[in-house]
Amino acid sequence: MGTGLKNLLNPLDAVKYLFKKPHTIRLPYEPKVIANRYRGIHVNDWDLCVGCGNCARICTCQAITMVPVEGIEPKPGSTNLRPKVDYGKCSFCGQCVDVCPTGSLKLSKNFNLISTNREDYVFIPSKEWDSGPGTGWESDLEYSILNFERVEMPERPPEERRKDFEPVILGFSREQAVVEGMRCLGCALCMDGCPTRMFIPQYIEAITDGDYEKSLKIFYVNNPLPEICGTVCTHRCEDACVYSRRGQPVQIRYLKGFGASRIDDRAKVLGTKVGTKKGRVAVIGAGPAGFTVSYYLRREGFDVTIFEALSVPGGMMKVGIPRYRLSQKILDREIGFITSLGVEIKYNTRIGRDIKLSQLLKEFDAVFLGVGFHRGIKMGIPGEDGEGVMQAVDFLRKVNLGEEVKIGKRILVVGGGDVAMDATRTPLRLGAEEVILSYRRREVDMPASEEEIKEAKEEGVVFMTQTLPIEVLRDANGKVTGVKYVRTRMEDQGPGRRPKPVPIMEETFIFEVDTVIEAIGQTPDYSLMEKEIREKLTFDKSGKRVVVDENGMTSVEGLFAGGDIVNYRGDIISAVADAVKAAKGIARYLAGK
Amino acid sequence: MERIEHFEYFIGPQHPGVTGNMSYHLWARGDEIVKIVSSVGYLHRGFEKLMEYRFWIQNVPMVPRICVPEPDVNEILYAMGVERLAGLEVPERAQYIRVLVLELARLSAYLFYFAGVAGALGLYTIPQWAIGDRDYILDLFEELTGGRVYHIFITPGGVRRDLPPGFKEKVRKVLKHLKDRLSDYDRLYFDNALFIKRTKGVAVMTKEYALEMGVTGPNLRATGFRYDVRRGDPYLVYPKLEFDIPVTGGGDNYSRVMQRRLEFEESIRIIEQVLDMMPEGPVITKLPNPFRWKIEKNDVYVRVESSKGEFGYYVVSDGSEKPRRIHVRGPSYTHGIQVAQEMAVGLRIADVPVFLFSMDVCPPDIER
Repeated sequence: MGTGLKNLLNPLDAVKYLFKKPHTIRLPYEPKVIANRYRGIHVNDWDLCVGCGNCARICTCQAITMVPVEGIEPKPGSTNLRPKVDYGKCSFCGQCVDVCPTGSLKLSKNFNLISTNREDYVFIPSKEWDSGPGTGWESDLEYSILNFERVEMPERPPEERRKDFEPVILGFSREQAVVEGMRCLGCALCMDGCPTRMFIPQYIEAITDGDYEKSLKIFYVNNPLPEICGTVCTHRCEDACVYSRRGQPVQIRYLKGFGASRIDDRAKVLGTKVGTKKGRVAVIGAGPAGFTVSYYLRREGFDVTIFEALSVPGGMMKVGIPRYRLSQKILDREIGFITSLGVEIKYNTRIGRDIKLSQLLKEFDAVFLGVGFHRGIKMGIPGEDGEGVMQAVDFLRKVNLGEEVKIGKRILVVGGGDVAMDATRTPLRLGAEEVILSYRRREVDMPASEEEIKEAKEEGVVFMTQTLPIEVLRDANGKVTGVKYVRTRMEDQGPGRRPKPVPIMEETFIFEVDTVIEAIGQTPDYSLMEKEIREKLTFDKSGKRVVVDENGMTSVEGLFAGGDIVNYRGDIISAVADAVKAAKGIARYLAGK
Repeated sequence: MERIEHFEYFIGPQHPGVTGNMSYHLWARGDEIVKIVSSVGYLHRGFEKLMEYRFWIQNVPMVPRICVPEPDVNEILYAMGVERLAGLEVPERAQYIRVLVLELARLSAYLFYFAGVAGALGLYTIPQWAIGDRDYILDLFEELTGGRVYHIFITPGGVRRDLPPGFKEKVRKVLKHLKDRLSDYDRLYFDNALFIKRTKGVAVMTKEYALEMGVTGPNLRATGFRYDVRRGDPYLVYPKLEFDIPVTGGGDNYSRVMQRRLEFEESIRIIEQVLDMMPEGPVITKLPNPFRWKIEKNDVYVRVESSKGEFGYYVVSDGSEKPRRIHVRGPSYTHGIQVAQEMAVGLRIADVPVFLFSMDVCPPDIER
């Protein structure tokens, strides 16, 4: 080191590079090889994108706005909004990609966006700039900043729970509920899935904040049966949850159940004050629809009388759903609060037998019909009238009412819905040795909810799918000895349609059982109303369900309807939704009267 | 006739021998500076305030913009601050990848620095070389992080992606290239008589003065004081790595450049060890929901050794989804304002840009 001659000559050494290949390339032009992870211009797969708007929310630069796109139909769990990006603001950080629940959004390897038109820098990304699969900054579950895995609901072990009627699920602890609730992104797509549009993100936030009073108030805005729905709902909200696209949805149902179970005394939080409106309303059926319509009308101040054919309140919630799924405690708490507001219930009063519908229509200002589907459908095969063949709804009603039911040791249940699952698991608890489930389609085609299928299997129910009973075999005394059945094969019906089971008649098999429970569907019983009223009512194509207008009113003036007899979904939450609509409709109708 | 006391000169605001917009107002008598006043305000973007209005995770793309030549220190500081506040554990592999990124960034920042000083001296071949070699490192960054300059890669909880296939080999190739080139740089630059003559003994800073003013990093070590945050307040996996803290000791422009020349080799050594020692495993811990992540009321000061000196973040949380306050402590505030205003007095006009660049002043981290 120094400033001598050597140091002066040192730099001349660089002249050697004159004769070496340069690091830069001048000609011919070679395009740059872009790294696979490059964060360039957005690409969005519109078919995968559900328009949840999380990309717009996470964007630090506020470069993303959600805009409606023509030609995309909004449906539950998917809106017609798609992200629009302003490249004057975008910083190409890729957080929108990492937060995308569906994985539809990615950043491509393309970055040459050149235009003299400023409008060209703001557009709705589609696949236009796609640089091919597997290139660019893509969403990856491993590195996602979202949590796609749910907190498993604690359950009693199958060996223990199959012996009694105590609840199967144990409920979340406070910590579990917070962890699960904290997964909610607040995009509110779930609300489109809920028939009554409960304010799901809001109540989940209240629950995770520990503000149970607030969450209870949010529940009761449009659902007076939150804890029941929080236990046995069909949770369409969870199917709409953005997490369900690539992972497990937030367990909205159990969170609601957890939130509602925290407060024992509903009246203390919600008050028992009723309004000042005048009018008398008769409600037929003390089920979910009946109680919902009663609650909201009573809150307005109307006098409400419920007519119930059975000796207990609850309808299908009480006599259809077994106690191991929905405990009596929950039923008492929710129904008790509604009746405590001054709703009168007349038990053991069957319309058509004890009192005529036309009489109610005369005596009351409005009548709400929520009688549900309480009659099982028969298979229509020989030997069905034998001793030991019964309908699932009748069987479950008797068990739930504590009546004595005679069942054998080996049981065959026919059907694949939730009722069938209840009908398989209840005999186990009554001491049956073996329960077989026969379903004519495949397991994936079963309308029963996934967890019911899982739980039934855990408890030891034998699933015999793609089997079709063709005859009930009886002994000389008429007692069932078995069921003759055939196998089926599935016939493709084209895209979007359920495959059809076709029986293979060549070979027959036999189930050796002593009891057969049919659970292939239910139907309403309209014998309660007079012929004149029935003729005036409009029914849908199937002839089973009543058509109502936007106020929940049928074609008979003053007669409103809701629940299973109106909607095809046939679950509690849809009954609640119908009833909320009808309650508003009745209030409007009575105001104009 | 009025007597002219001194001439006034303005350096900047377009890159006054430093990487960013900032200006110096000089008063010179003849060729000698008698007064220098810094003038900032061209770069103020209000990042600290903007961060208070964003979710914790949303600030990740914002922080690298605080320092252009070496953005990664901001990412690591923000991530470390949030991790300490929230009590997050970082997987070991992620820590190694972070060190890899930080040291690669240091190499690229030093190459930029060599280019800057040489450019201020009028030795224009060196910037061509250094910027060209820096591009090889940027290629590595592009491969690893998806971005060349702003990497937005280190995030609270770890790093955003694992190494791509074959990445280690590519790094080794670039390191070998850089090591081979060092001897060329020595002959062209560090042993160049022109460079030595222009920088030796110019703008001498004593150890006592440096400590009193709060000078940190290579500038402090160039005065002979051995201090490095990587050893003094260790973070990540630096304690597991073998490397020296070189000290030159002249305190002048020459020592400051040579200090970085020596540290350049140490960084290469660190990266080689990181590549060998990196364990397998996950690279990120699961973060809470980005929109609802609340961090309990607390505050923390985190610091790292950047290529310019001690970089620190003071992060305050108040239990909400957003930071209450984030204060950025950049080394350039000390080096570019207080020290520069005093030390440039007495220099020749032509030495001022060399001096400013030898201090590695980065205006973006003065004003944020």
